[in-house]
Amino acid sequence: MADEVMIQAEGLEKRYGSTLALAGVDFSVPAGTILGLLGPNGAGKTTAVRILTTLALPDAGRGTVAGIDVVKHPGEVRRHIGVAAQDATLDPLLTGRQNLALVGELSDMGRAASRSRAAELLAQFELTDAADRVLKGYSGGMRRRLDLAASLMTRPPVLFLDEPTTGLDPTSRQRVWEAIRELLGEGVTVLLTTQYLDEADALAHRIVVVDHGRVIADGTPVELKEASRSAHLEVTLAEPHPDAVGAIAPLVAGRVHVSDEGRRLSAAVDATPGMATSVVRAFDAAGVLVDTIEVRRPSLDDVFFSLTGGHIESDNDDGGEKDAGGARGEGASGAAATDRDGDGDGDGRHELEGART
Amino acid sequence: MTTTTLTTRGSVADRPRSSGRLFGPVADTWAMTRRNLVHISREPMQLSDVTIQPLLFTVLFVFIFGGAIPIPGGGSYVDYLLAGILALNLVTSTMGTAVGLSTDLHEGMIDRFRTLPMWRSAVLVGRSMADLLTSLLCALIVGVTGLAVGWRPGANYVSIVGGFALILFFAYAVSWVAACVGMNSKSPESAASFGFIVLFPLTFVSNAMVPTQHMPGWLQAIANWNPVSAVVAGTRVLWGNPNPSGTIDVWPMQHPVEAGLIWSVLILAVAGPLAAHFFRRRTTE
Repeated sequence: MADEVMIQAEGLEKRYGSTLALAGVDFSVPAGTILGLLGPNGAGKTTAVRILTTLALPDAGRGTVAGIDVVKHPGEVRRHIGVAAQDATLDPLLTGRQNLALVGELSDMGRAASRSRAAELLAQFELTDAADRVLKGYSGGMRRRLDLAASLMTRPPVLFLDEPTTGLDPTSRQRVWEAIRELLGEGVTVLLTTQYLDEADALAHRIVVVDHGRVIADGTPVELKEASRSAHLEVTLAEPHPDAVGAIAPLVAGRVHVSDEGRRLSAAVDATPGMATSVVRAFDAAGVLVDTIEVRRPSLDDVFFSLTGGHIESDNDDGGEKDAGGARGEGASGAAATDRDGDGDGDGRHELEGART
Repeated sequence: MTTTTLTTRGSVADRPRSSGRLFGPVADTWAMTRRNLVHISREPMQLSDVTIQPLLFTVLFVFIFGGAIPIPGGGSYVDYLLAGILALNLVTSTMGTAVGLSTDLHEGMIDRFRTLPMWRSAVLVGRSMADLLTSLLCALIVGVTGLAVGWRPGANYVSIVGGFALILFFAYAVSWVAACVGMNSKSPESAASFGFIVLFPLTFVSNAMVPTQHMPGWLQAIANWNPVSAVVAGTRVLWGNPNPSGTIDVWPMQHPVEAGLIWSVLILAVAGPLAAHFFRRRTTE
C-alpha cells in the first residue's frame, strides 16, 4: 500500500457487560478514501466508531487515527477528527448557526473564525434560510445535514460518519451522499458506517462487513460481488421435459431446483461470459423448449446476506435456512429487499454458500 | 499494513492558536456558559425559580407571617426574613443545576462535546457559571422586592455586599452537591426530586424563616447546626438586621459568619472534586 493509512483498527475488542460488542476487528483506511463499515444492527459498527473517536476504550487491541493512538493520546486524535454520530448530537435549543459556532469555539477556532466558517457551511448545506431557527423546528434531513456540517467545522482530515442517512427520505439521502462525495475531492479520509448496501456500494472504495463483532469480509464492492463468482439462473420451460435437468447439469454448480411441476428450473451457475447462450444451446440440443431465461449477477445484497447469514461453511440447505432466518431477524428491513426474485425462500443465499464452500 | 504518521493535510493540530484568544479552558467555559444562558432565553419560564418565585415568596412571607411571628429580642419580621428568604430561593434553585446536568448527560450532545478537543470539565464549570449568574439575578430581585416591602439593612455598603456574597458563595457550594446528584440520577425528572427531598427540608429546618427558639428541643439542635442557619445568621449580622440566634450558645450561632464560610468551603472542597470524579465516570466507557 503506497498511501499512508489514516485510520487503523487492530484486533479491537470491546465488551459491554455480558455482550461481546467487538471480538477482534481489524481494518485500515488509506488517506483520501472512504471505507464502508457495513453490518446489521448490533454488529459492532458503532462500537468500532466510538473507540476510534475516543468515546470508548477498547478492552484489547489498538486504534490509530492519523497515526496517533486513540487510547494514549485522545486529545491529539480529537484535533484530527470530525464526527457525525448516529444520535442527534446537536443542541436542540440553539439555532443551527449557534450550534456550529459552539462546535468551532470548543475546537479552539476562536469566535470570529467560527462564525465565518459556520456561515460558509450553512450555505454549502443549503441551510442558510434555517440558520437562525432553533433546531427543534428542523426536519430529520436538515438535522443530519447540520450534523455533517458540524463535523466539518475544523476541516478535519479524518471524518467518522455513523449511519449518516438512517431514517432519511430518498431526496435527503441523495443530498447527504453528494456532500460526502464532495468531501472526497478535498482529500478527506472517511469511515462510514451503514446498514444500507446501496450506500456502501455508491460511496465506499472498500467495504468491511462486520457481524457479531467480527469482520466477515473485506474488499472493494466489485471484489465482494465477484468473491462469490456465482450467478443465478432461472429458466421457464414451454412444457415440462424429462431431459431438461440433465441438459444443463454440466453447466451449473450444485443442484438444479425444479418447481412449478417441472416448468421452472433454477440453479447456481458460474458467472462466465456467454452463460445464457450455453444454456440455450444445451436445451436446444436436448430438444427442450424455453420460454424465458434469466442469468442474474449477485447483488451486493446477496453477498451481504450470504455473509451475515453466519453459516457460510454449511452444506446443509435445511439447517442453513433455519440459521439464516434467525440471523436475518437483525436486519429485517434489508432481508425483505434481498428477496427480490420474489420466490420467498431467499435462494440467492444457497447459491453463494455452494460457491464458497 | 503499516501505519505511517500523519503528514499535514489541513489539520487543526497544525494551526497555531492566535495570540488574541482566551486560554483554552477559559474560552471553553465561557462558550458553555453562553450556551446555557441561551437555553434560559429560549425557555424563560426556566428562570421562574429565580425571578417570580423569590418575588412571590418575599411578599407572601412578609404579609402572611409578618404579624404572626415575634422576633426574640425585637425587630421587624421583614428585616429578619430577608436573609432567610434569599437563602431559601438560592438554595432551592440549585435544583436547576441537577436537572440541567442530568439533561446534558442524557442527550446525545455530550458525545459531541467528548469528540471535540475542548477542556471537558467546561461542561460542568460552564453550567455552574450560568447558574451563578442566575443566582445574582435572584439576589437582585429579592433585594429590590425586600426594599419595596420595608426591608432596611443597618450596615455600610461593604458589609451589605458581604452579606449577599456569603449567601451566594454558600449556594454556589450547594450547587456542586446538586451537580453530583444530577450526574447520578437516572433522568432529569428524578434529579428534580432532589429539591423536594433534600433542599426544602434543609432550608426550612433552620432559622431562615422562623426563629429556632420556638422549635421542639431536638429540632432546635438540628437547626442550630444546620449550615443554612449559620449562613443566614451570618448575613443578618453583616446586613445589620436582627439576629435572635446570636443568643444561642452553640459555636456556629456565636460565630455565624465564620461558620457559614467554613461550611461553604467544606461543602465545595468535597462536592467539587466528587463532581469531577462522577463526571469522568459518566463520560468513560
